[in-house]
Parts: sequence; C-alpha cells; structure tokens
Amino acid sequence: MTIFLILLIVALLGVSIWQLSKIFQLSQGNADTSEIANDKDNSTQGKLMLAFTVFLYALMAYCFINYHSYFLPETASEHGKDYDILMKISVVLIMFVQVITQFLLHFFAYKYRGKKGNKALFFADSHTLELIWTGIPIITLAGLIIYGLYTWVDIMNIDEEENAIVVELYAYQFAWRARYAGADNELGKANVRFIEGVNTLGVDESDAYAMDDIITNELHLPVNKKVIFKLRSQDVLHSAYMPFFRAQMNVVPGMITEFSYTPIKTTEEMRQTDFMVEKVETINGIRKENSKKLLAKGEEALEPYEFDYYLLCNKICGASHYNMQMKIVVESEEDYNNWLAEQKTFRQVVSK
Amino acid sequence: MSADHGHHHKETFITKYIFSEDHKMISKQYLITGLLMGIIGIAMSLLFRMQIAWPEQSFQIFEVLLGKWAPDGVMDPNVYLALVTIHGTIMVFFVLTAGLSGTFSNLLIPLQIGARDMASGFMNMVSYWLFFLSSVIMVFSLFIEAGPAAAGWTIYPPLSALPQAMPGSGLGMTLWLVSMAIFIASSLLGSLNYVVTVINLRTKGMSMTRLPLTIWAFFITAVIGVVSFPVLLSAALLLIMDRSFGTSFYLSDIFIQGEVLHNQGGSPVLFEHLFWFLGHPEVYIVLLPALGITSEVIATNSRKPIFGYRAMVGSIIAIAFLSTIVWGHHMFVSGMNPFLGSVFTFTTLLIAIPSAVKSFNYITTLWKGNLQFNPGMLFSIGLVSTFITGGLTGIILGDSTLDINVHDTYFVVAHFHLVMGISALYGLFAGVYHWFPKMYGKMMNKNLGYVHFWVTAIGAYGVFFPMHFVGMAGLPRRYYTYTNFPYFDDLADTNVLITVFAIITAAAQLVFLYNFIYSMFYGKKAEQNPWKSNTLEWTTPVEHVHGNWPGELPTVYRWAYDYSKTKENGEYVIEGQDYTPQTAPLQEGEEELTH
Ligand code: HEM
Ligand SMILES: [Cu+2]
Ligand SMILES: [Cu+2]
Repeated sequence: MTIFLILLIVALLGVSIWQLSKIFQLSQGNADTSEIANDKDNSTQGKLMLAFTVFLYALMAYCFINYHSYFLPETASEHGKDYDILMKISVVLIMFVQVITQFLLHFFAYKYRGKKGNKALFFADSHTLELIWTGIPIITLAGLIIYGLYTWVDIMNIDEEENAIVVELYAYQFAWRARYAGADNELGKANVRFIEGVNTLGVDESDAYAMDDIITNELHLPVNKKVIFKLRSQDVLHSAYMPFFRAQMNVVPGMITEFSYTPIKTTEEMRQTDFMVEKVETINGIRKENSKKLLAKGEEALEPYEFDYYLLCNKICGASHYNMQMKIVVESEEDYNNWLAEQKTFRQVVSK
Repeated sequence: MSADHGHHHKETFITKYIFSEDHKMISKQYLITGLLMGIIGIAMSLLFRMQIAWPEQSFQIFEVLLGKWAPDGVMDPNVYLALVTIHGTIMVFFVLTAGLSGTFSNLLIPLQIGARDMASGFMNMVSYWLFFLSSVIMVFSLFIEAGPAAAGWTIYPPLSALPQAMPGSGLGMTLWLVSMAIFIASSLLGSLNYVVTVINLRTKGMSMTRLPLTIWAFFITAVIGVVSFPVLLSAALLLIMDRSFGTSFYLSDIFIQGEVLHNQGGSPVLFEHLFWFLGHPEVYIVLLPALGITSEVIATNSRKPIFGYRAMVGSIIAIAFLSTIVWGHHMFVSGMNPFLGSVFTFTTLLIAIPSAVKSFNYITTLWKGNLQFNPGMLFSIGLVSTFITGGLTGIILGDSTLDINVHDTYFVVAHFHLVMGISALYGLFAGVYHWFPKMYGKMMNKNLGYVHFWVTAIGAYGVFFPMHFVGMAGLPRRYYTYTNFPYFDDLADTNVLITVFAIITAAAQLVFLYNFIYSMFYGKKAEQNPWKSNTLEWTTPVEHVHGNWPGELPTVYRWAYDYSKTKENGEYVIEGQDYTPQTAPLQEGEEELTH
C-alpha cells in the first residue's frame, strides 16, 4: 500500500516536473536556446523568489502553530525554568533575524531581477555598514553568552554538602539500573571487575559503605529535593537523557560523570498539567485509530497511554540503543521512602 | 612540472583519461566519483527515512536492496545504524569534501590564478587515485558478511573498538578505518598541492588581494585540512592500535559479553577530543569552498562587485582560525570539565560573527544589482538562505546550557544538514551549473536547472525545518524506531511528512543527473565566456588544451570584481560591456579600487 503511494507520488512528481519545464520553456516566448538566462527567465525566477518567501514563511508558521506541543515539553526541574526562559529568548531572537534576513534576501532577488539595459550599482564597500553588522551580532551574542554561561555554571555546579540524594545511574547494553546509597548516604565503591553472579553491577563487597546500597530497575525520586547522579557505564558510551528535567550527561566507561537537578513536579502533578492532558489526549486518539487497524488485522489493540517520566539512552550504543529506557517516578518524600524501604539492599541480594 | 612548458608529449588514452596529470581531467574524475558516491549516500538516506516514517511496516524494497539484513522486508536495527553511518561518512567526506573541494580546487586554482597546471601534476594524480581507492574500499565494506561500520560517522569507541559490541565493529570497522586513512592521505596530498600552487604559481599581476574569493576559500580550506586531517589520522591510528594490538588509549574498565577486558586507563573522551579537532574544522572544509563558489557566482550574476571583499577574506580567515578552537561544543555533555564548556561556548558564539558578516555581505551584493538568474545563481541564493537558517540554530546548539536538552536529538540533525549538508550541496550544484561550460565545453539545460532548483529548495526546507521540532520534542537521533515510547506517537505524521519531502527531493536530483549526462553529450556548445565573467578561466579556449593557455600566460591588472564599473562620464570602463576582465589594463584616469 505504502509502496503504491510512494510510486504514485513519484509518478505525479515526474509529470509535474515535465509540465513545469514545459511552462518555463513556453514562458520564454520566442525560441531562445542559448541556455543563458534572458529577461523572461529573470522575470519568472525573480517572482518565484518572492513566492518562495511566502512558502518559507508559511512553512515556519505551520510548524510553530501545529507543532507547538512538540516544543519544549513542560519542565519538571528547578533549573528547567531558567533553561526554558533562555531557550525562548534565543528562539524569538533567532526567528526575528530569520524572518528579516530571508525577506531581504528573497525580496532583493525579486526587486533587482535583471533586465537588459539596467545598470547595476558599482558598490564595493562601506565601512559603516560593515561596522553595523559586525557590531549588532557582537552585542546580541555578548548578551546571550553572559546569560547562557550564568545559567550553565548554575546547572553544572554540583556541590554535595547540602544533604542531596546521591544516586548512581548504571548503564549497560541495553538497560539502566539505579543504585541508591542507602542509610549511610554514601555509595559503596564499584568496578566492573567485581561483576560476578548476582553482583551484576560490580559493587565492591569489601567496602563497608556498599552493603546497604539499593539497586533498582526504576528510578524513584522525591519531589523538591536535589538529586546528584553519578553515572557509570559497564561497556560502551551511553547517555542519560531526561528531557522533562532538561538533563543529559554521557555515561563513559572508565570514569564517573555527574549531573544534578531538583525535580519540582511529581508524576501525578505532571499528568494534571494542561500541557500533558492535551498531549495524552492526542496520543490516545492516535492510538485508538491505530488499534482499529490492528483489530481489523486480528491483532491486539494498543493499551491507552498514561504519562510517565522516562530516561532514554541518547548515545549510539548498539543494536537496541533505540529501546534502552528506564521509568522515572517522582513522588512525595513519604511515598519515596516507603518505596525505598521495600527494595532489597545489596546485602540481601548477595547473601542469598 | 615547470610553469611554462607549453608543448607536450603525445597522450595516449590512458594518460589522457585514466592516469591523467592534467588538473582539468582530474577535476572531472573527482566530480564523477563524487556524484556516484552521492547517489549511494542519498539512496541510503531514503531507506532509513522510510524506516523512521513507517517503523511498523515491511517494505519489499528493503529485502530487494538489503537482502538477508531485511528478512521479509523488515530492516534489522544494526542495518539501520549501518545505513546512517555510511550515509554520513559518504556525504561528508566523499561527496562534500572530495567531490566538492576536489573538483573545484582542481579545476579553478590553476585556471583562476593563471597557472599551466598544479604545482605537482603527479601528486595530484596520486591524490585522486587514493581517493578512488578509498571509495572502492568504503563501498566494498557494504557487501561483507557482518555488514559495514555502524557506530555512527563519529565512530566513538568503545562501540567502534569492540567487535563484541555490535556486528559492524568487526571487519566493517576495519575497512572503514583503512578507507578513511587512505582518504586522509589523498586529502593531504591534494591540500598541499593547492597551497603550494596558490602561493607559487600565480601569474604576473595576480597579487593575493586580487585573487578571486573562490581561490581564497580553496586556499584557506586546504590550510585547515593540512592542520586538522593529521589529527584525525592519529585518532584513527590509535583506534586501530586499540582494536588490533591490545593497547588502551580509549578503553578502560569494560565488561562486555560476560567478560572483563584487560584494558585500563584509557578514555573515550580523548577520542572525542581528537575526532572533533578535525570534525569541526571539517564542517568548514565542506562549507568554505561552497561559500567561495557562491561569492563568485553571486557577483558575476549580480553584475556587481562582491560587497566587502576585504571583510570576506577576513571572515574566511577568522572562520578558519576560530574553527580550530571550537571543537568542544560537540562535547558539552561528554563529561568534560564544565569550565571548558564555558570556554567553548564563548569561542563558538564568536564564530557567528564572521558568518553573519558573510551573510549580510551576500545580501548587500544583491542590492541594486542586475540579477541574472542562471541556475548557478539560484543555487547560490539558496545556499545563503539555508546557511542563514542553519547557522541561526547554531546559536542554540553552541550555547552549552541549551545544548543539554537538544544534544544528539533530531534538532542537531536538522541544524547540521541545513548549515553544512544542504548549503554545501547547493554550492556543489552552483559550481557545476556555472563551470559546466568550462569543464565540458557544453551548456546545461537551464529549464531543467530551474526545475531542479525549485523542487530541491522546497523539498530541503520541507525535510529539515519540521525536523527541528521533532528534535525539540526530545526524539533522539540514531533511533531505529521510536515506537517503544508512546510519548512520541504524535510525531508519526511529521515523520511521514519529512520522508515524503525527502523522496521528492531525491527525485529532483534525477533531473539534475539527466541534465548533466545529456548535456555532456548533446548540450549546446558553450561560448568562451557565457556568463560574461571577469576571471581568468574564461580567457582559455573552450576546447581544453594542456597548459591551459595556448600562448603566453595572461597578465592581471585588476581584481576580479569590476562588474558595472563606470568611468567618470558614467560609461562602462570598456564601452558597451558591463564587465572588465582581470586582463584589461587600467584605463587612463581609472583608479584601481584598493582593498
Ligand atoms: C536527501 C537528503 C538527505 C536526507 C533526507 C538526510 C537525512 C538524514 C537523517 C534523517 C539523518 C539522521 C539519522 C539518525 O540520526 O538516525 C542523517 C544523518 C546524517 N546525514 Fe543526512 N540526509 C540527507 C543529505 C545529507 C547531506 C547532503 C549530508 C552532507 C553533509 C548529510 C550528512 C549526514 C551526516 C553527517 C549524518 C550523521 C550520521 C550519523 O549520525 O552518524 N546528509 N541524514
Ligand atoms: Cu544507547
Ligand atoms: Cu562543531
């Protein structure tokens, strides 16, 4: 079916290209075969340049309007708010420059389309103009750089003294594990060389801090509390990407990398936001449609979707890179503590 | 070969068409090889785009083309990654480095500076054949049992270092590395030749400040290549050592397939530094020649001097310099020290300034011109458009803070395709349309050229503008399918839209191919100077002669951009013609523009 559609498109395209070249040929009027643009060509192409501006603006408008729900999903971390402001300022600025420069470029192309007998202006240099368009970007960029770096230092500055939660994110082909520090709030030493049997993360059993560590398949976080992630890889590069928290850091074999943020919305709160309600509604609409097709084929219907935070791998790491994910649950501190208490400690795991 | 030998030994078929030392023939060899590789690269992009658009479907065409890697028409995830990897490698290195720079540096450097040939014709020939060999090896790697390299065009270890990590990291990766090592050797030979030729073989009167901007661009590009390609070569050599000789430059503490590796103390981050020390300048190695071509084509077809020649040269040099100190912007979230991130943000956003200057200067060159819309001119204007759109999103990616959330998503894919891929591709097309008469002595059909441009222009934006939004939504690149995340379900329509545009765009390239081949044989015979251009290449005869000029080498009296220059009485410098070739002596009372 799709093959057929594609063939159809290609065929239609062939026809329209043939037609178009016919039109260009006809629009040339008297047979001129020099293959060098003449006044007719210049006039047609100049007008097409103007039409192209319209196309470009329409495309941009279409994307911004139709895809607004793709654009920066509602943030769930404290620094995410600063991130979003910086992003919005940058996008507005960029689109402003984009709209103006694309207009000038294509409008000049239209306005000054060539004609026999027209004289071009011999205009080779103007220091004033060049000063202006060196100066304006310098000032604007200086502003962006200063604001950006201010935020960057804020995000990347990971001081441990406040009693933040420390969690190790452990990556391997093709899944994630979380390791909590346990009662002593200190992660036990670990190295892949200690991997053996049930000790799948290579935690050092001789380290006193290790025994109360808790290893889980889901990442649970208490809301409004700073988390410091220590990232460790078992095999190749991975990247812990948590888009709702505006967080990403590569996981590098042979070293521990770090990232930190403070979640500000529980999973439940996130589900209630206008953004997410609308989003999930759209998605479930699509899933319903798809289910109909599946049922018609005698397959099972898709389950309705309910939002959960997730962590994705965002550095190519092998065949199943596309499905290397972990569920994240942000909840009240109480729920978090209850959940943690139910998990097995490392001692329980190895002593069995 | 000395610069002034006009008479030549007899040529056989082999020395003329195959092992030719003539720069014009070598340039055509580069072009044809580059185009063939381009067909492969673009075809691959269609295959993986189809996979992304309709991830649940099977396509017979997959099975036809990929055989056992797509049983029943369902693509294997490893093959998806292989396609992406080889597509990227081919497009960046084989099409837009060798195919673009190799073609036009070879064609234009001797012709535009007034030299009989390159400084060393022999080295030039060797350079082409090394490129050819590396292409053959790269294509051959597609046919081996375990499949070609698949770790991304950036081949980050340990994934690329360990055959256990993915099938493509076995023989496929070895072949990739061998092919690239040969490619780098070819590129170095070529670049050295370009540099020496520009410095030594300029004809009388061709001072550096009278060089056309094309030559400036090729010259600086060659310099960047000489500085940065050796670093990639050393990165590749260290990787080969790690792969085959048990060293640990990039490897440490690895447990894979139930086994601990002995390696200790290395770091993949070292590889990233080495790779991007080339990788970022590579963007400009691809782009600067395209910008050089654009400068020439826009000025000629606007019948105006390029605006701000000095600033243009200054920007090329500034971009070249800055491009070697910004590589860290690919590594903001690599685990590199955050302070370095700040430094690289600063240098990266600095590079926006010369880029902005260039864009504004192009726009001003159009202002009050008498624009001749030949197909080359359309592609040049298209280049400025995509260069601006793609460059602007660089402001987001170059900002370390903002990069955190869009790094390695489709936002990046959209950004670099516009600013580098499409822009440079437009530069290549502009060059081919503009210099086809010089290369083949024939004209290309302009109407097909128009169709080619407009369908491509609409298609390219249709592919890459919506792609930014897919990235903003958080969809990672190099994902075989996104159906494991229901959150991305609503991206489906957009992904289909992108793929349909991609198919349309690719179809438009067939128009170009047809035009290219048809015109080569049946095109209208070219005049000597069809675009009424000032530069020296148009003073050579249409029929190629060895040594370029049948008689003496031309002497140069002025810069390349005296278009529509008038005398005090308002008449053109040369009566009745709006251009003043570089070979025209200054007239009485005429002042040369000083830059
Ligand atoms: C019809 C035209 C093209 C289409 C539709 C296309 C599409 C794509 C897409 C969708 C990806 C990302 C795949 C992924 O990350 O999963 C990609 C990767 C890439 N493309 Fe293109 N592309 C086209 C032309 C070009 C050109 C002209 C260049 C030249 C620079 C280029 C260079 C690359 C590179 C370097 C990559 C990255 C490969 C990697 O991730 O290892 N592409 N292409
Ligand atoms: Cu991964
Ligand atoms: Cu870069």
